[in-house]
Amino acid sequence: MKSTARRESYGVKRAPYAFLLPATILFALFFALPIGYAVWLSFHKVKVSGLGLGSGARREVWAGPENYTDALTDSELVHGALRVLGYGCIVVPVMLGLALLFALMLDTEKVRLAPLTRLAIFLPYAVPGVMAALLWGFLYLPDVSPFYFVLDRLGLPQPDLLDGGPLYLALSNIAVWGGTGFNMIVIYTSLQAIPAEVYEAARLDGASPLQIALRIKIPMVAPSLVLTFFFSIIATLQVFNEPTTLKPLTNSVSTTWSPLMKVHRDAFGDGDTHSAAAQAVIIAIATLLLSFGFLRAANRRQKQEAAR
Amino acid sequence: MSSLAVPQTDPVAGSTPGAARGRPPLRRRTALIPTVTLLLGALYCLLPVAWVVIAATKSGRELFSTFTFLPGTGFAGNVRDLSAYRDGVYWQWMGNSALHAGLGALLSACVSALSGYALATYRFRGRETIFSVLLAGVLMPPVILAVPQYLLLAEADLTDSLLSVLLPQILSPYGVYLARVYAAAAVPADVVEAGRMDGASEWRIFTRIALPMMIPGMVTVFLFQFVAIWNNFLLPYIMLSDDERFPITLGLFTLLEQGANSPALYTLVITGAFLAVLPLVALFLVIQRFWSLDLLSGAVKS
Repeated sequence: MKSTARRESYGVKRAPYAFLLPATILFALFFALPIGYAVWLSFHKVKVSGLGLGSGARREVWAGPENYTDALTDSELVHGALRVLGYGCIVVPVMLGLALLFALMLDTEKVRLAPLTRLAIFLPYAVPGVMAALLWGFLYLPDVSPFYFVLDRLGLPQPDLLDGGPLYLALSNIAVWGGTGFNMIVIYTSLQAIPAEVYEAARLDGASPLQIALRIKIPMVAPSLVLTFFFSIIATLQVFNEPTTLKPLTNSVSTTWSPLMKVHRDAFGDGDTHSAAAQAVIIAIATLLLSFGFLRAANRRQKQEAAR
Repeated sequence: MSSLAVPQTDPVAGSTPGAARGRPPLRRRTALIPTVTLLLGALYCLLPVAWVVIAATKSGRELFSTFTFLPGTGFAGNVRDLSAYRDGVYWQWMGNSALHAGLGALLSACVSALSGYALATYRFRGRETIFSVLLAGVLMPPVILAVPQYLLLAEADLTDSLLSVLLPQILSPYGVYLARVYAAAAVPADVVEAGRMDGASEWRIFTRIALPMMIPGMVTVFLFQFVAIWNNFLLPYIMLSDDERFPITLGLFTLLEQGANSPALYTLVITGAFLAVLPLVALFLVIQRFWSLDLLSGAVKS
């Protein structure tokens, strides 16, 4: 009797670890090990002795912070980072601004066709980023684009959307198109969770729908807004698919347009995995610093608001 | 998070365009500004999709000569050309995508279910630590993972294979999170305890009692991961070099790379894009009714 009880409790104790085993193994192999390996690589370099022939001629040696100082003074990487920051400054506010606007509009009384428009705005979520870039890429091409067709007929000037400043807008537009619907749904869902009583008091006080939206709804969905911002920052700084897809259509997108594209080129085009690893580590740290910095700032502000 | 198992209150699932008709036939004034704003948003989001639908019907000559939103006559010819392109490699790409996404999402749902159940129902040392470490994976930018993943898989001689794109996408931190939330809400502790009283093993309790209760949540995990894998571009781009193993995203990208210099290939790319978007949009239209967005917002709230 006693021994069965002990065996049972032993099984219960062991079971969760057994259940978590597949996830732990996968995490170790495909998350922890690659990160560790990337950090290791970033502190090493290949040393070629003699003519670089033979098996012992290429050795990996300790490089110290050399790869990091190289990366941080690499003007290509710095310019890529600046481009992506500029791109992010357009994408994140516009995308989340539109998402919030649409969510508030959906949450209005007497709005018509809401389910249909909500579905249409959420639809781009089903379209892969590469496919979205491809579709918009064609819409930017003068030969096949309806915009150019109309501009042409009206005799208006036809700007080149795939060059210079407009290129940022063209790329941002693809990300905004793809991401607005998902964020709208997240914000809308938390709007729906606000109890109706909250509005009644405001309405009795004669508040207009606009005042209710600005003074009650937006503050109450602030936590959702903060989190959508947080994840959008991470996603935006990792931009790779859209510029890579547009690259065949224009000469203005270089192989190092975004930092992630440069990592890819260095690692697979040039075969310089050590410096690519150092750059990847820098991008990852910068991303986490920016996104968590934003999260802290947002939390501090919320606490101040609450204290007032 | 309290409304996990109440799909009726789901804002997307519960409503159809006809739902408003059930209300008393009062003459209501339409809120003009919100309706117009939403219509403009919908128009913007539908524009590229509408364009590709129409462009796919045009023959190569019509594409450059007729007005964009005028349907053409070449759809059947375009599909024939696309299917003939390199002995039907296009359909191979579609098959590969379905295989990657289907198998990957299934395995992902299984791993998530196991982990989520363990994290939700047992109290054990290191539970919160394991959970936080698994979740931190969400924050790891794919950039820092992709290059070393490639090098490590190359060491194991696994690159350019199905496994190289499948294995790294099985563990989904988000899936584990959803599974834990779902298991905590859907599997009552006394049911598990009753199973133990009857002498069932822990594994049997999981497979026979808990898992059936968790199925709706696991369907959500499956669908999320299916879309994530189908849409993934970076991983196959890095791992695969033999274009017969490409998924559709990568295949169409290489087609575009070749087609950019020869407009004759444009119609192929456009028709390919249309046919590739079609199944995902269809899947999306079906599943958005069942998608538990409460679960989604719960994830964001906490």
